[in-house]
Amino acid sequence: MAIGVKTLERPESNTSYLRASLRGMALTFRHLVAPKNTEQYPDEPLKLDPRWRGTHRMEVHADGRPKCVACGLCPAVCPANCIRLVPGEDDQGNRYPIVYEIDEFRCIFCGMCQEVCPVEAIHVGQDFENSEYTRDRFVYDLDRLMAQDHPVTALWDPSDPLSE
Amino acid sequence: MNQVLHDVGALSPTAFVLVSITKVGTAFTVVLLTVAMLTLMERKVSAWIQDRLGPNRVGPGGLLQPIADGIKNLLKEETYPAEASRAYFLLAPAITIIPALVLFAVIPFASPLPTPWGLVDPIIADVSIGVLFVLALSSLGVYGIVMAGWSSNSKYAFLGGMRASAQMVSYEIGLGMSLVPVFMLTGDVTLTETIWVQQEGLGLWFAFPLSVAFFLFIVSAFAETNRLPFDLPEAESELVTGYHTEYSSMKFSMFFIAEYAHVLTVSALMATLFLGGWDIPFWQGDDMRVVGPGLVMGAEPAWWKTLLTFAAFTAKTLFFVFMFMWVRWTVPRFRYDQVMDLGWKVVLEAITVFILLVGAEILVLDAIGLPYGFLYGLILTVTNFGALALLLFVLDRNRIIGGAYRRPVKRVPVGERIDGRPKEHESPVEAGVE
Repeated sequence: MAIGVKTLERPESNTSYLRASLRGMALTFRHLVAPKNTEQYPDEPLKLDPRWRGTHRMEVHADGRPKCVACGLCPAVCPANCIRLVPGEDDQGNRYPIVYEIDEFRCIFCGMCQEVCPVEAIHVGQDFENSEYTRDRFVYDLDRLMAQDHPVTALWDPSDPLSE
Repeated sequence: MNQVLHDVGALSPTAFVLVSITKVGTAFTVVLLTVAMLTLMERKVSAWIQDRLGPNRVGPGGLLQPIADGIKNLLKEETYPAEASRAYFLLAPAITIIPALVLFAVIPFASPLPTPWGLVDPIIADVSIGVLFVLALSSLGVYGIVMAGWSSNSKYAFLGGMRASAQMVSYEIGLGMSLVPVFMLTGDVTLTETIWVQQEGLGLWFAFPLSVAFFLFIVSAFAETNRLPFDLPEAESELVTGYHTEYSSMKFSMFFIAEYAHVLTVSALMATLFLGGWDIPFWQGDDMRVVGPGLVMGAEPAWWKTLLTFAAFTAKTLFFVFMFMWVRWTVPRFRYDQVMDLGWKVVLEAITVFILLVGAEILVLDAIGLPYGFLYGLILTVTNFGALALLLFVLDRNRIIGGAYRRPVKRVPVGERIDGRPKEHESPVEAGVE
């Protein structure tokens, strides 16, 4: 059986090679003179949207400690299971992460860790220019996450769902 | 008509030789440089039409891209197919490129230039056979292509060469015939006389009184230069790249340069024959013609007039070059039978009828004693536009050329048999029901 191709049935007075070609040339000319949307990326920085999600970043207290309280919500919510957290507790009973690692290769950048964090410690950020010589360099440990200094991603605001 | 003669002084034999060498050298360099820039222009135009920016890495705005391409091509390995016929394989690129470059010898590119040593006519060779020379040489171009296709000993190259020969031979007739009305009006075949008639004799660019011929000339020119929508000899989607499939390095480049040189020459020819060449519209100050050594008829020649007319000629030529590219990136390729149909069943017939029409008109207008001048041209223009409208009317709306439309299918309910096939093998679409 032949494949059915849907073609439009038009009156023959509407089918014109010459006029269609002229219309096509008018269209291509409009595109020829139209401003182009190309971003000169490596020469100029890329314009990222405020809710664009990239490399993680751990927020830090003024005294240099991570804000993380090792509640364990982010490894629990992470759909890609890329966060490894070993919680610890100091003399005053403050919880802190002994080990906090994010595998950026496993991460799907859904941003749920940022949403779920009760103390706004872990964030996804506006950064994507990562390159390393080995794969294991993409497992970011706590020090590396705290050392990131790129802007963080804005959360979705339910009162302004279209970000207007 | 302005018949004033100006004696600027003829060149001495020595000066003539020196000036000729300079002219040849300049024209050759300028044409080759322009061709190089045309490759960039093609890429830029195609990019802009597709909402891209095009090459912009090499030099300001990508201006040095052709040089980078040239260096790359020079450094590429030369390959020779094992079974290729070596001599013809080597000869083919040369035979393709030479006619395209030599054609520029007979095209006048500015008004006469007075110099302290005498009058310089900015045309390399004002030969008396003019356009016949152009036609003879442009038909030589097909030999290079056929030779390339044949000697490569490759099926794709061979098919490309076959198509090229069939197409170019077919459209050469249209190309040559559409020049006949021009020469019936000019009474001469030299390009300088053609320009003079458009300036003073008729006072009207031939695009107006002969626009049917102009239209058919453009169609044939597209086919002759193997450009889309007639690029069947190359046909990337079917034949790899057609006749130059087996070529590499600079020999491949030669075909490329030849194609653009052809585009440039044909554009210059169209500008000269139908848009008055280097004539500046609505200005009588540039209406001049060399009538003998050092003798100019018409307006007083001046160096700034030469510059202005050269700018006019360049603008007109580049307009046509741009049109070539514009059409290429808009119109899809014709099918092979459509190309042949258009060449033999439309262009040839239409131009034959138009030649008869123009010839009859000239006979009648001469018989009633109308002086050859603006009114003469105006009458031709009116009848010509009638003929053009008729031609386009007959061509279009599926009478000869159709758009994409659905062939009438008898609508039958699903389940009823059409054309005698068992109904379980019948899809609703075939039965004409969406």
